[in-house]
Amino acid sequence: MKRIATSLVALGLMTGAALAETAPGDIQFDEYGAVEASLTGTPGNPDEGRKIMTTKSMGNCVSCHEAVAYADVPFPGNIGPILDGAGSRWSEGELRGLVANAKMTFEGTVMPAFYKVDGFIRPGDAYTGKAAPADLPPILSAQQVEDVVAYLMTLKDE
Amino acid sequence: MKINKMLGTAVALTALAITMPAFADENAELVINGEIPIVTKTAAPAHLEGALDEIMSGWVFRSDETQAMEMDDFDNPAMLFVEEAMVAFETPMGSEGKSCADCHDGPESLANVRPTYPKWNDAKEQVYNIQMQVNDCLTERMGAEKEKYDSQLMKNYLALLASVARGTPVNVAIDGPAQPMWEKGKEMYYTRYGQLELSCASCHEQNYGNWIRADHLSQGQVNGFPVYRLKDTKLTSAQGRFKGCVRDTRAETFKPGSEEFLALELYVASRGNGLSVEGPSVRN
Ligand code: HEC
Ligand code: HEC
Repeated sequence: MKRIATSLVALGLMTGAALAETAPGDIQFDEYGAVEASLTGTPGNPDEGRKIMTTKSMGNCVSCHEAVAYADVPFPGNIGPILDGAGSRWSEGELRGLVANAKMTFEGTVMPAFYKVDGFIRPGDAYTGKAAPADLPPILSAQQVEDVVAYLMTLKDE
Repeated sequence: MKINKMLGTAVALTALAITMPAFADENAELVINGEIPIVTKTAAPAHLEGALDEIMSGWVFRSDETQAMEMDDFDNPAMLFVEEAMVAFETPMGSEGKSCADCHDGPESLANVRPTYPKWNDAKEQVYNIQMQVNDCLTERMGAEKEKYDSQLMKNYLALLASVARGTPVNVAIDGPAQPMWEKGKEMYYTRYGQLELSCASCHEQNYGNWIRADHLSQGQVNGFPVYRLKDTKLTSAQGRFKGCVRDTRAETFKPGSEEFLALELYVASRGNGLSVEGPSVRN
């Protein structure tokens, strides 16, 4: 079934994206931590990506990263690098890998993995302090990862 | 409530305006009531070699306004709880009709408690923190009910015991029979919990001085506990704070009063060996 779905995508025959979505456990990182294939086959929406990155209940990237590109968002954190120019420094596949699981690019980084569902120690149910449900969702959905990548790709050096 | 929120915003705005300072005022010195000098920065204890050179109280990382509230007992909202505890200290409780004051010659006679706890209790053959000791006195000597771990009265006692020890260096023993517990706490400190996979060290060792959104990260020291948190206008114990920090990693957190948090409290306290006891302190 999965095989068929994948080959359909390859042939460009898929209409609905849901079937083709790469599950967190199936994602393929190359040796540098990049993920070449889109997780959904549907192009990301950069406006949505910006919203995800700057909204606390979503990606909340702004808690650690500043960018002139979203200077209107108050109190950015500075744990990670400033993200302006990220779309010039990195390829789309590298950015997808960074958002999905930055530890595949930067070993031991404090940056959380946004598209990962297992291998955690005492995973919780979001910020409730309670135990995670058995089918813990990733922090961002596959399409949200694509949206964030699409926005990061717009952050070019002047 | 509202005033506190606005204060918080103003503080954060100030921080932004001076474009991410390393510290609110790096060289500010804390002297309480003009007479109790507080060591807020000092050389790290030997067991932190390779991890930190200098240890710093959370006070160093707070805004000027919050720092100032701790300089005078009249401005420190936590001192109200100290006063309440002083009354409780002299109030007989339980079937024996005794008060703390019947066995202890005033709270000052207990000035050595806050700097040295958690510590090994020989008779009980386990590590004890102040709450456990207070509960032993309540139940075994006074014939009273034990207090809940984070009850108001319990936190008031913590505030009182801290206040009489202000200025004394934290000096928690990490060797001897307490050592296995200390090792366990150390392991926890470096364990990356939760879906965000962050350890205490991720924030408080690798990133102190940095900002996580509007929060200025400190070293997560406990020398100032209990703390009065302006944002929720009440006292918080060290383990109460740990609970929130672990929860914020999208983890299943631990319970205050648990064996795990006791180990972590011992370990984190030892990271502050050399800083002055500063509680009850004021934080945002
Ligand atoms: C807890 C902090 C934290 C959060 C949250 C976080 N990051 Fe990061 N990020 C880092 C750190 C630290 C690095 C630098 C890698 C390293 O050396 O560890 C980094 C690196 C990066 C890089 C590469 C750096 C560059 O520009 O050259 C990108 C792109 C990035 N992050 C994007 C994101 C996005 C998008 C999100 C949210 C979906 C996010 N980050 C959330 C801490 C964080
Ligand atoms: C995601 C980041 C993060 C992690 C992980 C984290 N903390 Fe914190 N912690 C904070 C923030 C933000 C504050 C409030 C600002 C400050 O004092 O650093 C704080 C405050 C504290 C304080 C209060 C310090 C004071 O002087 O008032 C203590 C103690 C503390 N943390 C201990 C811990 C311990 C122990 C752990 C691990 C179990 C931990 N923290 C994990 C973010 C974190």
